[in-house]
Amino acid sequence: MNPEELNYSETHEWIKIDGKVATVGLTDHAQSELGDIVYLELPGVGTEVTAGGEFGVVESVKAASDLNAPLSGKVVAVNDAATEDPALVNRDCYGEGWLVKVELKDPSEVENLKTAAEYNEFIGA
Amino acid sequence: MAKAIKPPLYDRHVSLGAKMVEFAGFVMPVQYSGIIDEHVTVRENAGIFDLSHMGEIYVSGKGAPSALDKLVSNNVGKLDVGKALYTPICTPQGGIVDDILVYRDADETYMLVVNAANIEKDYDWVGGHLPKGPQVEDKSLQTALIAVQGPQSETIVAEAVAEDLSELHYYQFEFSVIDDIPVRVSRTGYTGEDGFEVYVDAAGAGAVWDALFDLTTGIGGVPVGLGARDTLRLEMKYCLYGNDIDEGTTPLEAGIGWTVKLDKGDFIGKDALGEQKKDGVKRKLAGFVMVDAGIPRRDYAVTNAEEKSIGRVTSGSYSPSLRENIGLGYLDLPYDDVGTEILVDVRKKPRLARVVETPFLKLMGGR
Repeated sequence: MNPEELNYSETHEWIKIDGKVATVGLTDHAQSELGDIVYLELPGVGTEVTAGGEFGVVESVKAASDLNAPLSGKVVAVNDAATEDPALVNRDCYGEGWLVKVELKDPSEVENLKTAAEYNEFIGA
Repeated sequence: MAKAIKPPLYDRHVSLGAKMVEFAGFVMPVQYSGIIDEHVTVRENAGIFDLSHMGEIYVSGKGAPSALDKLVSNNVGKLDVGKALYTPICTPQGGIVDDILVYRDADETYMLVVNAANIEKDYDWVGGHLPKGPQVEDKSLQTALIAVQGPQSETIVAEAVAEDLSELHYYQFEFSVIDDIPVRVSRTGYTGEDGFEVYVDAAGAGAVWDALFDLTTGIGGVPVGLGARDTLRLEMKYCLYGNDIDEGTTPLEAGIGWTVKLDKGDFIGKDALGEQKKDGVKRKLAGFVMVDAGIPRRDYAVTNAEEKSIGRVTSGSYSPSLRENIGLGYLDLPYDDVGTEILVDVRKKPRLARVVETPFLKLMGGR
C-alpha cells in the first residue's frame, strides 16, 4: 500500500527524493485516520522549514493536525490544487494530493527517514 | 478508569468497517463511509445510528410527576402520556447538570434519556433529590437505542413496525414491535430532519438493528457514526453537553430559555434563573460563520477588533451542508448580535468571523 520507492516520517509524511528536491505528502494511513480532509494550510514558496518543525496544518471534519517538515530546506513549490480541494489528499495522497516541494538544505537528513518496510512496521500494517 | 463498554451492536459496527472510538466510556462508531457522505445522506435520504451509549433512567411510583417537576425546569408534570419533552436539569445556581429527554410512559412512570457521560451523575442527582415515594432505576446498560433519521425515515420505520406512522407526531412515541421484539418508537432526533428513535432491550438489539439497517440501506441510506451526528446537530445549533452547556452555563445563556418554565411551581434553579432573567444575561451562545479561512474548534478564544476577549468557542466544524466553517460560542453582549464581526483565535492567528442567525441550516420540511 505504501509505495516502496518513497521515504516516510514518524509524523506520517511521505517523501520522494529527486536530486536536491523532496516532494512531501501525507501517507495513506494519515489521510485515512484523519477522515474527510476539509482544510489545508501550507507555507508559501520561499519559506524555510526545519526538519521536525511545523510547516502547515491539515484539518479534517473532526480534528486539526500539524504538518511537520520531514527535512530542512526551502519550499520551492506548493500544491495549490490541494489547498483549493483538500479532498484531493483523501482521493490520491501519493499522486495529485502531494503538498509541497522542498529544496534540501542537508541531504544527509534523508538517512533519518524510514523506508516503506520500516514505516509499515511503525504503523502496524 | 473502568474498561470501556462495548454496546450490544459492537460486532456489527466492526463488520461494517466502522472506525471505533471511545466516547464517554463506551466504544462507539465515529464513522463508516466518511463523515461528509454520512451527513449528506441523512439530509437527503436516511441514516441509521447506534446510540446505545445514551442512558435510560426510570422514575416511577407515587408522586413521580410532582417530584420530577421539582427536578427539571420544563413542565414534565403536565406532559401527556405518550409524549416526550426536552428539558435541562439545573443546579441551584441555574447551571446545567444535564439536558435530557423525558418520556411519560404512564401517569406515574417516566423514562429519562440522559447523556452517556452523565449517567452516574444523573442517577445520583435524581435519586438524591427525590422525596420518599418514587423509585429510580438505571436501565442504561440493558437498553439499546437505534435512531433512523432523514426525510425517508418514516417509510423505513413504518415498514419495520408494519404500521402507519403518519399520525405519530414530533415528540410523540408509542410501543410497538419489530420482528416480534417489543420496541419504543419515538419521533425524535438530534439532526433537524424528520426521524425516529427506537429503544429496545439489549437482547433484541441485533435483530432490530438488522431489520432497520436492511430497510435503510435498501433505499440508499447509510449507517452513521458519532462524527456526522455532531455535524448534523451543530448545523441546527442543538447543544452538546460538555461542549456548549455544562454546570457553568445556564439555559438562558444557551438560548434554550423556552425549557425554563418560571411560571410553574418550585424547581431546582428557579430562583437563580428567575434572577438572571430579570437582570438579563451577560453572554449568549451564538452561532458564527468563518469569513477568513480556518475551522473554529472548542476552546478557541474570541476577541473583538481591539483584541479584547469577548468569549470562547464551544463547538466548531466544517459544515457539510453549507460548505462553510461554522461554530458556536459564548459571546459577551452585545457581540452576539447577528452581523457582528468577531475574531476567532485559530492557532494564535485572529481570523474574521461573523455572527449569524441560527439554526445555521434552514430546513424546508424540517423540525
